[in-house]
Amino acid sequence: MIAPAAIALAGAVDEGFFRDRSSDTLACEARPDEVFCFGWARENIDRFLTPTLEHLEMVVASVAAGFVVAFALALLAHRRGWLRPPLLAATGVLYTIPSLALFFLLLPLTGLGRTTAIVVLAAYTLQIIYRNTIIGLANVPAATKDAARGMGYTERQVLWRVELPLALPEIVAGLRVATVSTVALATLAVFVGAGGLGTQIYGGGNLTFPTSVLIAAAIVILMALVLEAALLLAQRRLTPWRRARAS
Amino acid sequence: MGTDMRGGRALLAALAVLALALGLAACGGGDDETDTEATAGGGAAIASNPDNADVTLTIGSKNFPEQEVLGEIYAQALQAAGYKVKTALNLGSETVALKALKTGEISGYPEYASTALTSFFGLEPEAVPADAQGAWEKANAEFEKEGLTAFEPTPFASANAVGTTAELAREHDLETVSDLDGVSEQLTLYGSPECRQRIDCLAGLEKLYGLKFKSFTPVDIGLRYTVLEKGQADLSILFTTDPQLAAEKDRFVILEDDKEVFPAGNVIFVTTQKVAEEAGPDFERTIEQVQEGLTLKVMQELDARVELERQTPKEAAAAYLRSAGYVK
Amino acid sequence: MSAALPAASFGGAIDFIFGKQESNVTGGRKVGGLEQALELTLKQLEVTLLALALALVVALPLGLWLGHRGRGELLAVGIGNAGRAIPELALIALVAALIGVGMVTVTPALAVLGVPPILTNAFVGVRQVDRAVVDAARGIGMSELEIVRKVELPLAVPTVMGGVRSAAIAIVATATIAPLAGVVTLGDYIINASIYGEDGRLAGAILVALLALALEGALALVQRLLTSDGLRLQTP
Repeated sequence: MIAPAAIALAGAVDEGFFRDRSSDTLACEARPDEVFCFGWARENIDRFLTPTLEHLEMVVASVAAGFVVAFALALLAHRRGWLRPPLLAATGVLYTIPSLALFFLLLPLTGLGRTTAIVVLAAYTLQIIYRNTIIGLANVPAATKDAARGMGYTERQVLWRVELPLALPEIVAGLRVATVSTVALATLAVFVGAGGLGTQIYGGGNLTFPTSVLIAAAIVILMALVLEAALLLAQRRLTPWRRARAS
Repeated sequence: MGTDMRGGRALLAALAVLALALGLAACGGGDDETDTEATAGGGAAIASNPDNADVTLTIGSKNFPEQEVLGEIYAQALQAAGYKVKTALNLGSETVALKALKTGEISGYPEYASTALTSFFGLEPEAVPADAQGAWEKANAEFEKEGLTAFEPTPFASANAVGTTAELAREHDLETVSDLDGVSEQLTLYGSPECRQRIDCLAGLEKLYGLKFKSFTPVDIGLRYTVLEKGQADLSILFTTDPQLAAEKDRFVILEDDKEVFPAGNVIFVTTQKVAEEAGPDFERTIEQVQEGLTLKVMQELDARVELERQTPKEAAAAYLRSAGYVK
Repeated sequence: MSAALPAASFGGAIDFIFGKQESNVTGGRKVGGLEQALELTLKQLEVTLLALALALVVALPLGLWLGHRGRGELLAVGIGNAGRAIPELALIALVAALIGVGMVTVTPALAVLGVPPILTNAFVGVRQVDRAVVDAARGIGMSELEIVRKVELPLAVPTVMGGVRSAAIAIVATATIAPLAGVVTLGDYIINASIYGEDGRLAGAILVALLALALEGALALVQRLLTSDGLRLQTP
């Protein structure tokens, strides 16, 4: 038995519903040339919380995934020099192809959503991390490695206890560049429905609303700065011997 | 030691700023206090029917402000009636929306009767009935052949329109679209990316009015007034329900559509016959009830809240439902 | 983002590039085909090369000079870092809404994205040149300008070109979203997929990828031609 819904009277909004919008009472956000509306920003800043967290999550996941893959490839190519040119070329191709294109080349395989975004963002970081790791390892003085071998280190120990620590500044430098780039690039994830701060730039009419775009851009830049500073600090912590020298 | 401490302090400071910003975002803002509306208007409250609880409906809409508000209004109303409701307010065009409906991805969406007739059923724009009932009946007849159905139309109708600034209209003595004949070659036209393809937009202007423009530049519809104001566009495709037309009455002018290439369309909610049956009578009843308050003036007000005041469609829809008394 | 388009296929995308098809939006206008694909490709190439040229004109002399004088390291390297953090989508949106749409406003915006890598790499490239070589050149009486032109620049070519190629990548990627600001490039197929269909979108992605790779290839060739034989033997 279905209870009948209430019978409708002709609905009408009350008089207070309509707002006066003549030219001189137009609010800041309604005027097209206004660069930034502080009032709207104050009242609507909560819109940016979820996108910011989504964005951060995407960045961390992408850089972590990219690092794991690029690092593994670099270790592989460190021992087998013949692998270097093809790997550099392959990571280079992924770096050259614009992310928007890569999103949709991958779409038939991975569909809309965060997975596609993370895979593409990670792919973009491969070249810089791979290249920096290779260069960092290559720059370790032969004498240092010989000394370690002389002390009885196995090749494995030489790698993990001597080469990698010495290559760390270079590797982290690559990670820093990768992270900053990824924070900016992750704004494009909105095109594959993966959320992030791009939704406050492109989604829902925000494209033509400078206040929202500026707030999103400011958060992106701030996030990049903070993450970069964090990595720099981590680098300093992990290489205490460098502090001994004046830099 | 010194440099490390400085770096550490700088990082802590930056983290503090970021945390503060996020904290403000989490605690501050909020949209509850926006409308201190007067007492509710003349609509009767929608009663929640527990029989609807096992029906899940997905309400879709195209992805521009007017459609998104309508989608939210229907979604929130159906929720008040006791249904489980999801929304998909991001469908790119009417073809995409129709496909989503047919494949069951959405349960229904608001369509313009004129768009349905010209786009789905191949009617020439001039043949679209001028009255809401006639257009709805004609569209519904066609929809029913495909296993779909359309509910009764809204009070308001919307149409594309060729707009320009008052000065330009005076300068070239423009009152109707046909007046552009002979002048249009010197004028630039700006419209949505889709406009290039649509018979009720550029394609219609070129084919049915026989006009050629100096150039057509596709821009996001959110910029349709900005390009006029900045002097970049001579002509721009506007909508007759635009709040900007009401707010700045003497700045913008719409050219009269004398050849009826831009038929006005009332909104009709389209769904499949199967979904309508399974959802019960409250589905149609709620939708037709809640849209009764959508006069042109109200729709313009809602469009203004979303487009001009940058409220979310959800907020604007909620305000309408409260003010009209459909939802407490 | 519209979710209801039918699945794309590579075959469908190839068909889209080579043959006109019915649009997703009815109106009788067909979309796709070689002519349209070529038009959009050329537009993307045009705006990319113009922006790259503009960025070169602004950043290369400045970077070379600063590197030669050994001044402004903070500026040159700092701008390089800062440039990476600029979200291109926001830049395009702001330009479109605040300044205007069209080539005249979009080209400088794209150039802004190309300046940081060129500036930084020009600076670093020149700084890395062996001071002894520079001193020797001064010793034989070359003017400062001649030193930059005939000694430092040729030796810095790999690094400088690295910057130019980075700039090109950033610019061509942003040119893909230029349709949001009224410059209709291949990105139109991707951004306005509701008109072109999923096959069209995939076709756009393929064409953009090919264009970017071709541009990189061309610049790699230019780098090869500009690198002196002596340098080429050295670099790994």
